[in-house]
Amino acid sequence: MASITLEGLKKTYSGDVHAVQGIDLTIQDGELVVLVGPSGCGKSTLLRMVAGLETITQGTLKIGHQVVNTLEPAERDIAMVFQNYALYPHMTVYNNLAYGLKNRGFKKEEIKKRVHNAAKILEIDDFLERKPRRLSGGQRQRVAMGRALVRDPKVFLFDEPLSNLDAKLRVQMRVEIKKLQRRLKTTSLYVTHDQLEAMTLGDRLVVLNAGKIEQVGTPMEIYSRPATMFVAGFIGSPAMNMVPLKYIQDIDNKNLSLNLPAPTDTLGIRPDAICLSPPESPHLTIEATLELFEAAGSESHLYIRLANSEQPAVIRTNGQPPQHEGEMLRVYVAHEALHPFDSRTGKRTD
Amino acid sequence: MVENRPFLDFMTHLVLITGVIVVAFPVYVAFIASTHEPDAFVRGVMPLLPGDNLIESYSTMLKSGLDIGGTPPVWLMLGNSLVMALIVAFGKIFISILSAFAIVYFRFPFRILAFWIIFITLMLPVEVRIIPTYEVVANLGMLNSYAGLTLPLIASATATFLFRQFFMTVPDELMEASRMDGAGPMKFFRDILIPVSVTNISALFVIMFIYGWVQYLWPLLVTTEEGFYTIVMGIKRLMATADREPAWNLIMATVTLAMLPPVLVVLFMQRLFVKGLTETEK
Repeated sequence: MASITLEGLKKTYSGDVHAVQGIDLTIQDGELVVLVGPSGCGKSTLLRMVAGLETITQGTLKIGHQVVNTLEPAERDIAMVFQNYALYPHMTVYNNLAYGLKNRGFKKEEIKKRVHNAAKILEIDDFLERKPRRLSGGQRQRVAMGRALVRDPKVFLFDEPLSNLDAKLRVQMRVEIKKLQRRLKTTSLYVTHDQLEAMTLGDRLVVLNAGKIEQVGTPMEIYSRPATMFVAGFIGSPAMNMVPLKYIQDIDNKNLSLNLPAPTDTLGIRPDAICLSPPESPHLTIEATLELFEAAGSESHLYIRLANSEQPAVIRTNGQPPQHEGEMLRVYVAHEALHPFDSRTGKRTD
Repeated sequence: MVENRPFLDFMTHLVLITGVIVVAFPVYVAFIASTHEPDAFVRGVMPLLPGDNLIESYSTMLKSGLDIGGTPPVWLMLGNSLVMALIVAFGKIFISILSAFAIVYFRFPFRILAFWIIFITLMLPVEVRIIPTYEVVANLGMLNSYAGLTLPLIASATATFLFRQFFMTVPDELMEASRMDGAGPMKFFRDILIPVSVTNISALFVIMFIYGWVQYLWPLLVTTEEGFYTIVMGIKRLMATADREPAWNLIMATVTLAMLPPVLVVLFMQRLFVKGLTETEK
């Protein structure tokens, strides 16, 4: 068990491509931290730098108290689960799990004990003699996890391990990874582009964009107080509505801007913060046209356009509006549900 | 393509059957000729049914060879050819898999240049560089030896290129996973890459074995002792009779024997061979 410390970590590829631009981050012992961001944000590069598969251009990387910048992957006492599992196709499941231990000179008895132990935890003990090609996607995923598990490493690294699975299996494996991590208390770094996966799995989230950290925090912190417009738009589904302040016309109160901190020119409003009936607390009342109604079972989405400005917005609710598509309706937003942003810097203003 | 068009079916079968006949008929004629009397083949009407001389023709060639042609017994030439083809096939695979491994998995200066230099040698088969190559082999004292027979043929751009293309389709994660598992480059090569390439290796083995087996010009140049004659050049020597008709039945018996080993190799490795050329399983 160990913490991971990243100090000013940078990665520059030839041709002046700055994939990772100075990351400072500490991952506590036993914590599961999720790196999340759109494709090309540098999250995989960062993970691979921790793994030792990419060289570090600048900065310091520590696992525990040891600087590991120049150590080989095998010497860092880490284990990684790859997106495509990277199982050795010609080896049985048993040998796939045992390979790393054999290379490290473990005794036969010890290898056997560890492999069977890991197989039991992951419920793959029935397939130990099979080759990977005769396993289903979910089983392969478990074997890939098992290969990390048998080594009992200081750190687990996950590189989008669930993105090759179908939706149902993904949810199931997500829960299992979380349970397993809770049980083993191994420090883990998990990369994904799926914000739902990130929210549900992580003790803490690191939202990355263009090689920089946008925000670090617990999932709820990030959801309820996004630090930048990027984070606000990336976390949450449907995405947060970003409405220029000038388009918001409160029917009851014309001086809305007086209540907001100085450089605010954009308001972020979560789709579920827009109500169809007025809340108790102080609120905005906005007129809009209902453009489209979408029923998705447990919830429904209303696509509206604000009156006068044609600014589109999405509402998430669980009822059905009394209006028909094309008709006007009134919507309400509580003051405390507004996220004020400055669109020039992209930062939160309160 | 699944289509139900009788005319198309007929035409495809016609083309295939024609192709088979064109390839197989001469082989059949060679075999028939080897079972007849020496003069049956040149009488004007070619026999198309087996004669009764089969055992005699083959046992003569296998045991004693043909004195007037100056050739050793066929079994000796078959043995030489087998040794040569095996050394060439294994040598080519060994050298080219290593060089492809270096080119694909290591970042060294002039890597791309090295690859292109290897690739350019495709344009320089033995036949093109035969005189300088002969000079080198002769100076090294390798005339009349298996080394002289095989070494100049072993370097192979084709095989290197094929392995390179295959290695590039092997997911990088496999190499990364084995690095995580504490395997160094050569361990990865031995434990992961070679087992994954088995089908490609066997496909190449078949091709390279036949390449080595059918070599004619090079063995003709570097061997002057009967003990190192190979079968393909031996056939030519059988025909070199100055003052009388070649013994066609014996020549054809030799030809038939010479065809057998490559056929056996293909039959035996057919499954792997087809798999290696068509399937990419990872």
